[in-house]
Amino acid sequence: MSTAPQASIDPQGLGRCLAALRPTLLRLAQLQLRNHAWAEDAVSETVLAVLQGAQRFNRTSQLKTWIVGILKHKVLDQLRQHMREPTAPAAADDDENELEHLLFKQDGHFRELPDEWTDPCAELQREQFFSVLEACLEYLPNKQGRVFLMREWLQLDSSAICRELGIAPTNLWVMLHRARLRLRECLQIRWFTPHAR
Amino acid sequence: MKIPNTCRDVTHLLLAREDRALPVYQRLAIRVHILTCRACQRFERQTLMLRGALRVWREHQDHDDPKPPR
Repeated sequence: MSTAPQASIDPQGLGRCLAALRPTLLRLAQLQLRNHAWAEDAVSETVLAVLQGAQRFNRTSQLKTWIVGILKHKVLDQLRQHMREPTAPAAADDDENELEHLLFKQDGHFRELPDEWTDPCAELQREQFFSVLEACLEYLPNKQGRVFLMREWLQLDSSAICRELGIAPTNLWVMLHRARLRLRECLQIRWFTPHAR
Repeated sequence: MKIPNTCRDVTHLLLAREDRALPVYQRLAIRVHILTCRACQRFERQTLMLRGALRVWREHQDHDDPKPPR
């Protein structure tokens, strides 16, 4: 039952690390949940779990990796709790056809040749690209944004997302398709178009 | 089932491929169309680049140490 003192991490160091990480945790939770109160709850629960579980922290894994891993679980708890509420608004149809109209002619061919993109993650401009990417993610409608980040940040597969949210696969696929199309369009305008930067 | 053969159909599949495994006939339809369609070749490269960028973003958020607070 006794724990070797040298196995746990120093509480002061952990406190400093949590304080330094807090803005990141909150930003990620907000991006995924799109609700400030839920995001605050997820982060508070994460901090609590980190402090309670500090002795279980395995030194071979990075501290941030461990903390963000806990955050992901807490964020998913929030999604479960709130997205399954019967008061959650039903999937609203948006201007999906408008987006496709911008891209394709009546006969289904591209109106314009898509641009040749260059790798946005080259070292020098990475931070700038990330902030544009996050702005475009925030720009997605709430439901699309949530399912998209469940895929790309929480890394859940389609069946897990359907199970967690209680939605049908076809419904999910439509939302993900719209989100991807929108994100591509947003990045094209705000990052890849040469005069955008 | 309708054979996907327009750019609209093919981009639909290229995006769907990011989220689920496609049946063989759809994967084949992508390859056949892309062989001769420059626009969809570009769109596919964009899709792959976005996949890679999202992975780099995720790894950065999940693992990289934050900048020390000032």
